[in-house]
Amino acid sequence: MVISEKLDRFFTEKMPEYPTKRSFLVPMLLYTQDELGCLTDEAIAYLAKKTELTELEVRNVISYYSMLRTKPMGKFHVQVCTNISCQLRGGDEIYEHCKHKLGIGHKQTTADGVFSLEEVECIGACSWAPAVQVNYDFHENLTPGKMDKVLEDYRNRK
Amino acid sequence: MVENTQLVSLTVDGKKISAPAGTLLIDACKASGIEIPSFCYYPGLSLQAACRMCVVRIDKMPKLQTACTVPVAEGMVVTSESDEVRQARKATIEILLGNHPLDCPVCDAGGECELQDMTFTYGAAESRFMEAKAHKEEQQWSPVVFFDRPRCILCYRCVRVCGEVMDVWALGVQNRGVNSVIAPNMGDHLECEECGQCIDICPVGALTSGAYRYKTRPWEMNHVGTVCTHCGDGCKTTLGVRRADNGMEIVRGDNRDKSGINGDFLCIKGRYAFDFQQHPDRLKQPLVRKDGKLKPATWDEAFDTIAKRFNAIREQHGGAGFGVIGSTRTTNEENYLLQKFARSVLGTNNIDHHRTADYPAFAAALAGKPEMAASLRDFEKTPAILLIGNDPTHQHPMLATAIRNNVRLHGAKLFIVNHEGLKLRRQSKAYAHIPKDGYGKFIAFLGGDDAVASALANGHTNREQLMAMREMLRGEHQLVIVFGAEVRGKDLETLVKLGMSHTGVKFACLGDYANSRGAADMGLYPDLLPGFTPLADAGDFAAEYGASLPKSAGMDLEKMVDAAKAGKLPAMFVVGANPMARYNVQLGELKNCFLVVQDMFLTETAAMADVVLPAANAYEKSGTMTNTYGDLQIVRPAGDFAGAKPDLELIVRIADRMGVAPQSLVPFGRGTRADMGQSRGAQSGEADRHAIWMVAQGIEPKVSPFDPQALLDEIQRLVPGYGFSRLNLFAGNDVPTHTAGKGKGAHQDPELIWPANDTLFTSGTLGRYSNTLNSVVEAHEGKRYPTQVETD
Repeated sequence: MVISEKLDRFFTEKMPEYPTKRSFLVPMLLYTQDELGCLTDEAIAYLAKKTELTELEVRNVISYYSMLRTKPMGKFHVQVCTNISCQLRGGDEIYEHCKHKLGIGHKQTTADGVFSLEEVECIGACSWAPAVQVNYDFHENLTPGKMDKVLEDYRNRK
Repeated sequence: MVENTQLVSLTVDGKKISAPAGTLLIDACKASGIEIPSFCYYPGLSLQAACRMCVVRIDKMPKLQTACTVPVAEGMVVTSESDEVRQARKATIEILLGNHPLDCPVCDAGGECELQDMTFTYGAAESRFMEAKAHKEEQQWSPVVFFDRPRCILCYRCVRVCGEVMDVWALGVQNRGVNSVIAPNMGDHLECEECGQCIDICPVGALTSGAYRYKTRPWEMNHVGTVCTHCGDGCKTTLGVRRADNGMEIVRGDNRDKSGINGDFLCIKGRYAFDFQQHPDRLKQPLVRKDGKLKPATWDEAFDTIAKRFNAIREQHGGAGFGVIGSTRTTNEENYLLQKFARSVLGTNNIDHHRTADYPAFAAALAGKPEMAASLRDFEKTPAILLIGNDPTHQHPMLATAIRNNVRLHGAKLFIVNHEGLKLRRQSKAYAHIPKDGYGKFIAFLGGDDAVASALANGHTNREQLMAMREMLRGEHQLVIVFGAEVRGKDLETLVKLGMSHTGVKFACLGDYANSRGAADMGLYPDLLPGFTPLADAGDFAAEYGASLPKSAGMDLEKMVDAAKAGKLPAMFVVGANPMARYNVQLGELKNCFLVVQDMFLTETAAMADVVLPAANAYEKSGTMTNTYGDLQIVRPAGDFAGAKPDLELIVRIADRMGVAPQSLVPFGRGTRADMGQSRGAQSGEADRHAIWMVAQGIEPKVSPFDPQALLDEIQRLVPGYGFSRLNLFAGNDVPTHTAGKGKGAHQDPELIWPANDTLFTSGTLGRYSNTLNSVVEAHEGKRYPTQVETD
């Protein structure tokens, strides 16, 4: 089994709640990515079979969404928003700071595999701009100094 | 298709039009002569609304609307052409051209490109973009399919036709927005049925074919609509030809005019496997055996040799001295002439062909019920289909497509009975996966014999599923029952009898080659005259031929070959067939048999011959062919190969040299003075092609002894079931024949039927000499295929 038996069972249970099998594809992709870190070839083959789609179609969907990925990211995926609200409040500086601090660029991963960085579009945290999302957690009202602290906390957590 | 007959009235550009409720605005306009441009819209495919070319102004709607997605509504007021609409379309084109290369002068599509046409119409020649065009190298996705990414305008037609129509789903769109790109299923190449539908449907030159790319320009070709020479479906194909050193070369096959029985469908064979026509191994001159070796000879010498030996053998042995084997790829006229020649000149009933279906049993079972024979067109809309045996996806690609489209567009119910898991199972309502020898039992089961159910049940399909399927089938009306060579003889008779309990039922019998049905209909049987007429009822034919026809049944194919091996058949005349390969006869095994072969290539049979005559193929001659459903279509000469002659002409010339008056074989020139007509070239045998000009000049049309239409006259007069409308035929349409006229008389041996079992990428001898098919097979399987023998 490419994914855990538990997740597979969950997929099987939930499938009938969707009007067609392919309607469940995007959630399935997200769950699978969370479990495996990325969508591997084996995972794509598994999901294609599960949804009765071709692998090509599953790949088409993955390539459409920027949050779905086929290559592993770091353990902590730092997503810096540079959309208009964050930009006005210093999002660009945060992004530059992260680049410098981590020594990596857009969609790159540090050599030790702990961090990866991505410049993202609006994450819906405009009221607390500038904001950064690390995996599923939000960090708000950031400054370069606060950002250092955030990164440090994660580094210690690894 | 919209079945609703309720009409809706609307106004387009001030013109009142009406259309059935549910019709899309773009179609309603088209039907009323108002053309709305579009790239992504394609009839029969799902809606995309991606290209924005069909935008129109509809009153009371806030923005411009896409005519391809809006259904007509009562009182709708539409403006299809205005400054606003024109400006919107012009802007769309400007953006499309932003990245589109200006390589029209070398692009395959140049001259028949929809983007070119639209640019010309809307004049978006200027661009305000400063950015450099993003260039990407072209990619080869398969031996057949090439992709030139910058030319793509992302209309998604290829993706949809591949998935929805072909059910292959080999193409997709990856990424998003400006990065979107058409992608093949295997990353950098395609694994598919290689049908080329994506190439033909591409509005620009993004998808091009290995067969045609960079070879010529559309306006440099002549286009000839004819019938495909491969499987028994009889698709119409439009061949693009141009001059070559040795005649006319076929450079392209497509069906863009959609006028045929197949709509716009063609499989790889119809679209690309015409290349055998220019194969370097083709015979260019007659060969005559001298000192044990086949040596080039003049036509005179070849005909003389044949005539002398045939006359001598006829004198010494009578008709019993001859064996005649016909072809499943020659025209009806040629097949008819061959049996007429065999019976009235050689005086023998030793005539047969490679049988792939039990047509005689089928004709007998349908005796007196011609309305029960299904045309290929019946599969388009019938509400229910029962498919027993065969694998249409491989052996009858057009039938498979018609079935898929019917299921997809009209919700037809498909029932399949097969000993394998077919691809069509995805469309089926119920599927009985039975043992290989279970067809007879299944038919008995359909008839109510529950005892056999347990013998049929297996790991794939259990008893309950079989019962349920039979129950469902019982309620079906307008059912079309179609079966392959697995069903023959008694089983066939039983099946047809059973099926007749359904109201509106129709039947179809699947045979393998382009004119297998024609060969059967034209009497290439040792015991049946044309139209499955028993030898005892030879009256009409004997009177017409002015000869006493042999009364007793002749030898079948196998017996003839055996007799030739045993030295008991002094002469054999083989037209477009390869029986020696089929029966694995080795060189030197034939004893005292004078063998004459007409063929395109030096096949195993031709290599043993005493005289070989180079024959033209179906793409180089005129006549008619009957597909396996009995639909008759006209065949027109497209290619021309110097040195080869149509089989019809060869047979007439042999007879002529034997001292037979050509008029007694081909009733040409009746009532008018005749000339010899043209023997080859685009007008081969078609003396009345310029009838209109001739009439205008006050010159009587004359027919030549090589005019297939003279024979068609006779076929229509004599062959039961061939009383079709010639007007309709000559208009390029398919017309139904009904060979179910006479009934009884079909005493055939079902054991003699050998299905060809061709796949999508093989086609008997034609496939052996098609580089396209061979290259696809190599790419798919990494080896030359097939190991089977090309027997026809």
